[in-house]
Amino acid sequence: MSTQNSPAWVYTDTVKDHFMNPKNLWTDDSYQPDGEGMVGSMACGDQMRVGITVKDDRIETLKWQTYGCASAIASTSMMSEMAIGMTLKEAYNLTPESITDHLGGLPQHKFHCSVLGDKALRAAIDNYLERQDKPNPYKASVAKIICECKGITDQRIEELVKNKEATTLDELRDITQFGTVCGKCRFKVQQLFDEYKHIYNV
Amino acid sequence: MKTVYLDNNATTPLAPEVIEAMFATTDLYGNASSMHTAGRAASEALERARIAVSEMINASSGSLIFTSGGSESDNAVFYTAKSLIDEGSQRNRILVSTVEHPAVIETVEALSSQGYRIDYIPVDAYGEVLPETLERLIDETVLLVSVMSANNETGTVMNIGELTRIAHRAGALMHTDAVQAIGKIPVDVHSWDVDYLSLSGHKFYGPKGVGALYIKNGVPFRTFVKGGHQEDGLRAGTYNTMSIIGMGEAARIVMERLDEDSDREWKLREKLRKGIEETIPQTHVNGHPEHCLPGTLNISFPQAEGESILLYLDFEGISVSTGSACATGSLEPSPVLLAAGLDVELAHGSIRFSIGRYTSEEDIDYVIEKLSPIIKRIREISTR
Repeated sequence: MSTQNSPAWVYTDTVKDHFMNPKNLWTDDSYQPDGEGMVGSMACGDQMRVGITVKDDRIETLKWQTYGCASAIASTSMMSEMAIGMTLKEAYNLTPESITDHLGGLPQHKFHCSVLGDKALRAAIDNYLERQDKPNPYKASVAKIICECKGITDQRIEELVKNKEATTLDELRDITQFGTVCGKCRFKVQQLFDEYKHIYNV
Repeated sequence: MKTVYLDNNATTPLAPEVIEAMFATTDLYGNASSMHTAGRAASEALERARIAVSEMINASSGSLIFTSGGSESDNAVFYTAKSLIDEGSQRNRILVSTVEHPAVIETVEALSSQGYRIDYIPVDAYGEVLPETLERLIDETVLLVSVMSANNETGTVMNIGELTRIAHRAGALMHTDAVQAIGKIPVDVHSWDVDYLSLSGHKFYGPKGVGALYIKNGVPFRTFVKGGHQEDGLRAGTYNTMSIIGMGEAARIVMERLDEDSDREWKLREKLRKGIEETIPQTHVNGHPEHCLPGTLNISFPQAEGESILLYLDFEGISVSTGSACATGSLEPSPVLLAAGLDVELAHGSIRFSIGRYTSEEDIDYVIEKLSPIIKRIREISTR
């Protein structure tokens, strides 16, 4: 085979760099995090574990492991660089959008591969606060109202899916009454429901 | 950088002989359907190609029509079945295997959504359609059975001769998509006795965008691409002379080299399999251990995700494909591997190496050398 000039890669150069040389990997068994969280599943094709140490209310170290594709590896590596040094509040509010922006974007169909890193980070912060027996002021602050008529947040939907209280969309409707008034949230709720089912492998 | 192309089931490079044959036709610009000298010159070359392709599949009688490729050939067969049902055929069921190419699966799904009766033939753990499974599902309501000759992902080879006998005993028509089998194993429409067979030029070192459909003498056919008198009215469209001649040359080389190529590919495949199993712990070979295309090795690496493996290999100049969902943009991994009962995680971590005519021993050594540190590294950062 002849060697030709390389055509453009599927991902940006930044994604490629982070994929080739991921930062802050959790390969050392002796790492003792103050809090850790794991989301996703091998069966779904992506799973993420994040550990953090905290000093003066800021993320001091962050290490991670993943079973996932190039997008998942690169976005978690980028997330780790962004989160270290942040206050817990800042870190808790990191979004997949801001991570992919820093990566110079991801192909549309790969965006869903990048939503685990920030979720695993929030799970690690939750776990840290729990271990410290501290109140968790962030959880409610990041909740977004999805169904305005019934005041249902994305977090409420997430909890119901995660705890297997709502395993179908019908069950979710019975519990929350979402979409029963004006109905304009139905599509968004369904999207979130599918996303959380994927993330929590239920 | 060294490049190693191990994705020959996706497509093959043009054989040098094919390139030569195609360039030699650049002055055959006449429309092969025209009566004048320029047209007849093109037509003669084209008919020689038809003879070569027919001989390759041992089609001494029956029709071989040129198409735009395997997908069109498959679509034409299901269009025929649909037309026969619309015309009031007593038989109104179509059976296809669960591991067919999307050109078949998506075509019958479209028919199903229009109300046509489609049933799926399950496969065993090796991805093979067992004759007894077809025996159990078939009855006098079945119009058409379609089972691929060999699977593109696992390489598993089906017993088309036996499946055809079962279909015919029940009075059904038999189609096989032989796109992956041509050039790798003997394909013989006469001994198999199939009614329809699809093939595609670019899978056996011919050009892309050209294929053929074999139609046995006396079996029904309804014109799918209408608009001209070409191919005795069976398929319209000005002949793609250059590509058809290229495919004819590719067929000629297949007849010359089939045994030699498949022996070599099997040896390289086994060398690769053993090399991987010796250097990488915990691997799982997918597909049938014996009823298998000689050059196909589909292997799963637990705790390593397929797209990551594919891209790390790509950085080393090695081209492969994966059954991971992440490489397709869907959330589901390969339906073919899942249909064979493979665990979802193993499907996500599957890599298909497809060896071809131009793969060398050194290529295989290079892949074995590069693969093991990649898998090790991915597993080191894996969540378990």
